[in-house]
Amino acid sequence: MHLHDLWFFVIALLWVGYFFLEGFDFGVGILTRVLARGETERRVLLNTIGPVWDGNEVWLVTAAGATFAAFPDWYATLFSGFYLPMFVILLCLILRGVAFEYRHKRDGERWKRNWEAIVFVTSLVLAFLWGVLFAAMVHGLPIGADHEYHGGPAELVQPYALLGGVTTTVLFTFHGAVFASLKTMGSIRHRARHLAQKAGVLTVLLLLAFLTWTQVDTGNVRSLVAEAVAVLAVLVSLGFNFGAREGRAFVASGLSVVASTAMLFLALFPQVMPSSLNAAWSLTAANAAAGSYTLGIITWVAGFATPLVLLYQGWTYWVFRKRIGVQHIPVTAHAPSAPAGVRRPPAWR
Amino acid sequence: MYLALAPDTIARWQFGMTTVYHYLFVPLTISLVAITAGLETAYVRTGRTKYFHATKFWGKLFLINIALGVVTGLVQEFQFGMNWSAYSRFVGDVFGAPLAMEALLAFFFESTFIGLWIFGWDKLPKKIHCACIWMVSIGTILSTYFILAANSFMQNPVGFSLDKAAGKAHLTDIGAVLFQKLNLVVVAHTLTAAFLTGAAFVMGISAMHLWRAARLQRRGRPTDLKQVAAMRTSLRLGLVLAVVFGLGTAISGDKLGEVMFEQQPMKMAAAEALWDKEAPAPFSAFSVPDVAHQRNSVDVQVPGLLSFLAHKDFHSAVPGINDTAKAEAAAYGGSPAEYIPNVPMTYWGFRAMILFGMTSFTLGAAGLWLTRRKFWVAPEHRTGSFDVPRLMLTRNRELGAVGAGLAWRAGILTMAFPVIANSFGWIFTAMGRQPWAVTGLLRTVDAVSPNVSLTEQLITLIGFSLLYIALAVVELKLLVKYAGAGPVTTERPPLRDIKLGGASTLEGSPRDADKPLAFAY
Repeated sequence: MHLHDLWFFVIALLWVGYFFLEGFDFGVGILTRVLARGETERRVLLNTIGPVWDGNEVWLVTAAGATFAAFPDWYATLFSGFYLPMFVILLCLILRGVAFEYRHKRDGERWKRNWEAIVFVTSLVLAFLWGVLFAAMVHGLPIGADHEYHGGPAELVQPYALLGGVTTTVLFTFHGAVFASLKTMGSIRHRARHLAQKAGVLTVLLLLAFLTWTQVDTGNVRSLVAEAVAVLAVLVSLGFNFGAREGRAFVASGLSVVASTAMLFLALFPQVMPSSLNAAWSLTAANAAAGSYTLGIITWVAGFATPLVLLYQGWTYWVFRKRIGVQHIPVTAHAPSAPAGVRRPPAWR
Repeated sequence: MYLALAPDTIARWQFGMTTVYHYLFVPLTISLVAITAGLETAYVRTGRTKYFHATKFWGKLFLINIALGVVTGLVQEFQFGMNWSAYSRFVGDVFGAPLAMEALLAFFFESTFIGLWIFGWDKLPKKIHCACIWMVSIGTILSTYFILAANSFMQNPVGFSLDKAAGKAHLTDIGAVLFQKLNLVVVAHTLTAAFLTGAAFVMGISAMHLWRAARLQRRGRPTDLKQVAAMRTSLRLGLVLAVVFGLGTAISGDKLGEVMFEQQPMKMAAAEALWDKEAPAPFSAFSVPDVAHQRNSVDVQVPGLLSFLAHKDFHSAVPGINDTAKAEAAAYGGSPAEYIPNVPMTYWGFRAMILFGMTSFTLGAAGLWLTRRKFWVAPEHRTGSFDVPRLMLTRNRELGAVGAGLAWRAGILTMAFPVIANSFGWIFTAMGRQPWAVTGLLRTVDAVSPNVSLTEQLITLIGFSLLYIALAVVELKLLVKYAGAGPVTTERPPLRDIKLGGASTLEGSPRDADKPLAFAY
């Protein structure tokens, strides 16, 4: 096995990790509008992902950085090709990150509602856009002999890519609902479970449609197995969810995210960005890769760092393993107010 | 007019704008997290509440900052692929490696432990909670190191071989990239400057609170003594750090100048507006570069000083802009004029950096002198640790009302100086290496994405600008609000230390299980 093939799978793994982790926090973000009744419940949901979303997002940073190092051509074509969608993704990531941190920093009703709306909208858009981009990438794009993308943003508006976007949105919502039912208590937990039940049925249908289309389009035996696993995992998750075995249901919903992401990469391999103009112009793991020296170096670094990352990120989840309910949400906001009796003159006088 | 907008112009504007903006938050983040970690360590070791209040206070300001620092960093990573795809193809092999290392070794650290620190006050034992913020601090510093290694490669490419046929640079020696002399010095300079930034920030905000407390006291109004205590400690800490890291910045800056004279003579010649080779070379204190005639229309000089800065003696020759441009034209083709960076920008960027940086150092030193609590001052004139420090000049004597007012004001103003210095420093170092994206290997004009249209570029430039302006307003408002409110002294540290794995489960007492979280979004 060549190092660049190994690195194809490392990058796939990073995306799998990203979608597994940020998948449920996108889902929870979407649920703040769908599931939560009132501000306190919205805060319960936000706080289930509060301690971990930042760590989850690093999987994306690492996926992009590793692609830059291991496959400079893939990185260059992907990011410049999807110029405007990437711009929208960046806007959403910026606003979403800021929204989590700034929402509770002021007391005003409008301030909070605006940031809550931003969490919902950006989670929705991100869940959708990643699906569209990945579907478009697997399906093939007008890539020229120079490895440059020769199409416009309109290239993404195709039924297959849009179906991909809808599928990831629903899948992540399902994954998020299962996570929410695992991490909350009281009535919101039960409602999350019921919602997961409905979203799960829709997820099975969409996954079946989208992954089968992918399979017919570019599939092979391995991707067929991954597809079967992905769909079965949702069914298993639904079963556990029905029996209120939330931990197991979450493992299974995570497995379906893992398997469907893996399915896309297995359908892609050994290409990384197939060209729809001429198969000879496609970017492959071999022709887009960095030199073997660079690959060797980052293999060592990744081999050292990955277990460490999994260890301390796993520990974070363990520290915050407790369920949260409305009773855990402190009534007082963290915004500072002057103690009574002390009137402060402004600093500039 | 439309023709004047070449794709590389927009891409450059976007890069400059997003980088300078990103870098408004980075130095403050690096230093504030270390300062918070130091204060929390002091709290864990002594158990004194003033350290607890100070930790919470600076920690909160740090969090407001890092939120923007992290998300704008995403733009930095993505735009190499979006706007500079030719660059990414050409040097991805070399440049990507430190970037990937940063993500794997540093950024994961930072982001994971931040979550633990923010939400972990009532979930983790004190010492482990404190260790978490140190982890974040180590993460930010490692991050700085890897990113600067990548940047130093652009300034002075090493450890690679050129594959002309494929049009790619291949990494051959990662050690050379990570440990080249330039990078080591740049890291030292950047980190010391970052700590100077944080020091000035801490110093300014503490000064603001203490000044306010002094005026309240003078009017006989009640003051929050716990707040005074926390701010007093912070002020001294800020002043000491400003002096230590101000000196560090100057020393590392001098060393960096020396390395750059050797590796990037054009940048330094432009920084000095030195058009022709001179021996001994004078240091220009003030000049008005006249680019069209390749000379300075006004020039106030200190003879021999530039020779000293470059070579540590007062008479060695320093090559000028014209000589260097001619040499580069001979080596890479074209006319010498193509190799001259924007001289006035480089010249004034360099000076603004030094001026603003050193002003903060000087003010730090002055403040340290003014707020000292000497053992030989008569006991009745000494200030206790809950008093607003008097601004003393000599034994038993205070600075007058006017002088004290000016001194506090200067302390507050200092907050902004290192931030300005940092911005000019990056503008100087990036513009001084033009026309090269990677010195000697790849020109900036050849580095842009060939397939991205001008319209697309304009959309993102305008989009990012508007978003960044809006976020700057929000961030500034929050900072002013939280900094202005001061430490929340009603907040009490957790009474008993938590056992790891104990209090966090549902098996505890029912009352414990329903206790509100110490921190929640």
